[in-house]
Amino acid sequence: MGEYFKELFGGTKSLVVGLGITIKHMVKPVVTLQYPHESLKMSARFRGHIELLGDEETGASKCVVCGMCQRACPSGCIALAGEKPEGAKKKVLTSYVLDFTKCSLCGQCVESCKFGAITFSKEYNLAGPRKEAYIFDLKKRLEERSG
Amino acid sequence: MMFIPEPLRLLAFVVGIIAFIALNAAYLVWLERKVAGHIQRRIGPKEVGPFGLLQPLADGLKLMSKQLLVPKGVDPYLFKVAPLLVLVPAVMSFVTIPFSENLVARNIDIGLLVIFAFASVNVMGLLLGGWGSANKYAVISAARCVSQNVAYEIPMLITVITMIMVTHTMNLNEIVMQQDGSLLNWYIFRLSASPLMPVAFLIFFTCSLAETNRAPFDLGEAESELIAGYHTEYSGMGFGVFFMGEYANIIIGCSLATILFLGGWQCPLGLYPGWWWFLAKVYLLIFCVMWIRWTYPRTTLWGLLNLSWKYLIPISLVNLLLTGAMIKLWPLLKTFLMGAS
Repeated sequence: MGEYFKELFGGTKSLVVGLGITIKHMVKPVVTLQYPHESLKMSARFRGHIELLGDEETGASKCVVCGMCQRACPSGCIALAGEKPEGAKKKVLTSYVLDFTKCSLCGQCVESCKFGAITFSKEYNLAGPRKEAYIFDLKKRLEERSG
Repeated sequence: MMFIPEPLRLLAFVVGIIAFIALNAAYLVWLERKVAGHIQRRIGPKEVGPFGLLQPLADGLKLMSKQLLVPKGVDPYLFKVAPLLVLVPAVMSFVTIPFSENLVARNIDIGLLVIFAFASVNVMGLLLGGWGSANKYAVISAARCVSQNVAYEIPMLITVITMIMVTHTMNLNEIVMQQDGSLLNWYIFRLSASPLMPVAFLIFFTCSLAETNRAPFDLGEAESELIAGYHTEYSGMGFGVFFMGEYANIIIGCSLATILFLGGWQCPLGLYPGWWWFLAKVYLLIFCVMWIRWTYPRTTLWGLLNLSWKYLIPISLVNLLLTGAMIKLWPLLKTFLMGAS
C-alpha cells in the first residue's frame, strides 16, 4: 500500500516538474534562425570554395600566375592562365576558373599560395539547377566584388 | 430581450455552432502549432499572413481542393459515414452547452446526459472508420481507441455521478447557477461537498484527454507504429472532418470541465458574469491540453490502462464514497458547529 502511494505521489510530482520545464521554455526567446530571411555568419575558419583576394589599393588580383595552386590541387579543379604585358615585370592573371564539382575543400591550394592570393570564401548557400553553375570564374567574381 | 421566432433562433444557433466549431478547429490548429513551436523554442507558423494567421485558411483550402480517394476494398458506406459519425455528435453536444445564462441552444434538464450519450457515438465513428478502411493499421488503431475509451469512460462517469450527487441536477445551466458568487463557490473548491473535489477535477480532465485521444493518450494515432491511426486511408476533407471532430471534442471536454468545476460563465470575483468568462476558462483549459501534449511522451497501452484501473477508478470511487458521506454528514456537522458557537 505504501508503495502504491509512493508511486502515485512520485509520479504526480514528476508530471508537474515536466510541465514546469516546458512552460519555462515557452516564455524564453526562440533560438531558431529564420533561414531564408536571415542567414548564419560563418566562423573565421569555415572553408567554402576558394576565392581570389584583391589588392587593397588597386583591387586587382594578387596572383602572379605561378601555377602552384594548380599543381597542388589533387582533383585538378583549378585552371588559370596569365600573360606578360608589354614592358611589365610580372605576369598578370587573365583567367582563373574553379571547377567546384570536383573540389573536396582540402585547402591544398590555399596552403601552397605564397602570395596570399586565394582564400576560403564564406559561401555556403550553394544551389543550382545544373552542374555548369558550379564552374566559377573567380576572376570575374573578384572584379564584381571590387566593383 | 428582443423576441425572436423559434425557427429563426434554432437556425441561428445551428449556423452559429457550426461556424464556432469550424473556426475553432482552424484556429486551434494554429494555436497548437504556435504553442508547440514556442515550447520547443521555435516560432511556429509565421509566413502566411501576419504571425501566420492565414495559415489555417491555406490549410483548409489545400484540404478542400484535394481529391477524396476511396481505396479499393474499403467498405463504401462505413468509410464515408465514419467521419460524419465523429463530427455530428460533437456538433450535437454543443446544443446543450450554455455559453452564458441566455446563450444556449436548448436548455434541457438532462443536458449532461445528452452530452455523454453523444460523446459515446464518437468512439463508434472511430471504430467504423478504422474497420471500414480495410487497413490493418487502421483496425489496430480503432481497437486501441475503443479499449482506451471504455477504460476511461468509467472513472469519468463515476466523477460525473459524484457531481450529480452534489448538484442534484443534470441541467448544465443550473449547475453553473449553483456556482454563483466568488471563486470559493466553484465546485473545484467546494471542499464541503467532498474534500477530494480538486482531485475529482483532475480525474475528469485526465479522462477527457483520454476520451478525445489527445497526447499523452493518443495511442490511436501513434505515428511510429500505426502511420496515422484510424484515418490512415482518408484524404482531403475526409481527414479534415475527422480533425474537426477531434478539436470539437476537445472544446466539449474543456467546456464540460469549465461548467462542472470552474463555474461556467461566472466571474471569479462575482463581477460581470458572461460568455467571455466562459470562453476565457475554456481556452485556458485548451491551452493546458496543448501544454500537456507538448510536454509528455505518449504512454504505452499498458501504462494507459494501468493509470485508469489502478489509480483513476479507485480514487474516483473513494471520492464517490466521500461525497456520499459528506452529503449525509455535512448538515449534521454544520448544526453541531453552529450549536457550539
